[in-house]
Amino acid sequence: MSGKVIRIGSGAAWWGDRVEPAILNADKGDLDYLCFETMAEATVSAAQVRARRDPSFPGYDTYLDDRIKGVLPGCLKRGTKIITNQGWINPNAAAERIVHWLRHFGAKGVKVAAVNGALITERVLELTDRILENGEPTRTLAPNLISAEAYLGAEPIVDALKAGAQIVVTGRVADPSLFLAPMMYEFGWDAMDHMHLGPGTGIGHLMECGAQVTGGYFSDPGFKDVPEPWNLAFPIAEVSPDGGCILSKVAGTGGAINLMTVKEQCLYEVHDPANYITPDVVVDFTTIRLEDLGGDRVRVSNISGKPRTPTLKVSIGCTEGFIGEDMFFYAGPGALRRAQLAKKILEERFKIVKLKADDLRIDFLGVNAIHGEMSPKNGPEPYEVAVRVAARTKTREEAIKVGREVDGMAVSGVAHTGKRVPHQDRFREIIGVWSALVPREKVHPSINYFES
Amino acid sequence: MRVKLQHLAHARSGDKGDTSNIMVIAYAPEFYPLLKQQLTAERFKAFYAGTVKGRVDRYAVDGIGALNFVAQGALGGGVSRSLCLDNYGKALSAAVLGFEIEVPDALKGKLRGMGQARGSTT
Repeated sequence: MSGKVIRIGSGAAWWGDRVEPAILNADKGDLDYLCFETMAEATVSAAQVRARRDPSFPGYDTYLDDRIKGVLPGCLKRGTKIITNQGWINPNAAAERIVHWLRHFGAKGVKVAAVNGALITERVLELTDRILENGEPTRTLAPNLISAEAYLGAEPIVDALKAGAQIVVTGRVADPSLFLAPMMYEFGWDAMDHMHLGPGTGIGHLMECGAQVTGGYFSDPGFKDVPEPWNLAFPIAEVSPDGGCILSKVAGTGGAINLMTVKEQCLYEVHDPANYITPDVVVDFTTIRLEDLGGDRVRVSNISGKPRTPTLKVSIGCTEGFIGEDMFFYAGPGALRRAQLAKKILEERFKIVKLKADDLRIDFLGVNAIHGEMSPKNGPEPYEVAVRVAARTKTREEAIKVGREVDGMAVSGVAHTGKRVPHQDRFREIIGVWSALVPREKVHPSINYFES
Repeated sequence: MRVKLQHLAHARSGDKGDTSNIMVIAYAPEFYPLLKQQLTAERFKAFYAGTVKGRVDRYAVDGIGALNFVAQGALGGGVSRSLCLDNYGKALSAAVLGFEIEVPDALKGKLRGMGQARGSTT
């Protein structure tokens, strides 16, 4: 390795992620950049639905205060820049809130950039043609459309950094792009330089799921053990100008970074490893080289890149009805036998109350609720069984029937039926997510600047 | 000898829409050819019969001793539509650990965790 090395740390892998490892990275990671990934496929649509119903919802990460308040003291002290997609459907409001916290900590003149332009809800039906999942025209989604957003790449973030932003907050951006942007800015990589953007995006991919590369989602007792799995750190990439890096973490934390954790994360959510498509570049992971340096440090090199595609992926969220669900319990000798009778009773009850469901599942948790039909048919008799009922329906009224019929099992069901205290209607609304492609020149990112 | 795959390889699953990708990674280079030969896309699909409803494609990354199985129709229509308790299919990768692999006796000493699980050999 030669030239300057930049240190990029992870601050979150998803909305619900822990805050404390982000603070640890800010305080002790000696970072140049701290990057937060806080969105899932349905995050934007769920935020749109909430914003319609709750005018006080500001439209950004509901944990923004916890995260920003936690990491700002460390980041301000070290001069660590922050890149985050906590803007969700309102990056401007998120930037204003971050400015509020900067002032709270007495930081004056810090520039915060809000990257907008991912939301294309109004234009999506004219800009897109087919739904990728089923080949149907996207206009078939019109009646139920909630939100559509294009996955932006790293370029607008790089522009914001060039303009002097210390903190960049975005809406929908491809996850690895959050990490690629500082590499492009610091090393002067051009947006068309796929030889560098490939490895850079590959590193972003290894980083974007946080603890999943430092020993999270990994421990399997007796087969794959890590020390102190309750004390995991988020990863740090020490990136060189050639596009190689060393993955590491703050000393004194639990978990592990080794060849196994890195290999697992390398292919996580990847389909064809030779063609991992992102807005910035097509990554080829098949050439990757890994070297365990010991001490929870792994050298990553030789990830390849191919030129980017002419399109951006669009995520389209639609209302698609409701899911009603509930569960109740059996234990002791004959638990499964009683659960099977309870299932029969519910099936008959659903006929009597004329439940109209597009799909219905009555599973036995402890037997077949997780792996479904492939579960062993002649497994050992479980000591405890939960009967878990779920139905997908078009209307709220139908979904509510699931919980109401489980209520009936309390006094009209089977011997020794354990039940939870009912909580409201036990249904939720479905936001279905579909994908399509949009020509990249039709999407226009824009940047607003704020200052503390 | 026939052993469960968990003694030769580790696994992880990821989700995108209604597709689950389940990777199988050899613990030792000697195990990788056995996985590649015996755990074909067809056998994988048959093993997950009823749970994986669509086609299965297998991608091999020889450099890291990994097979990536891309299973369509595995997530009940997609995370938000799925009626399965494990909406993301995060636990789906555990099933393949029970797939049986024929291992030459010479490699017996390299198998991982043989003292750990009951019923590991058949």
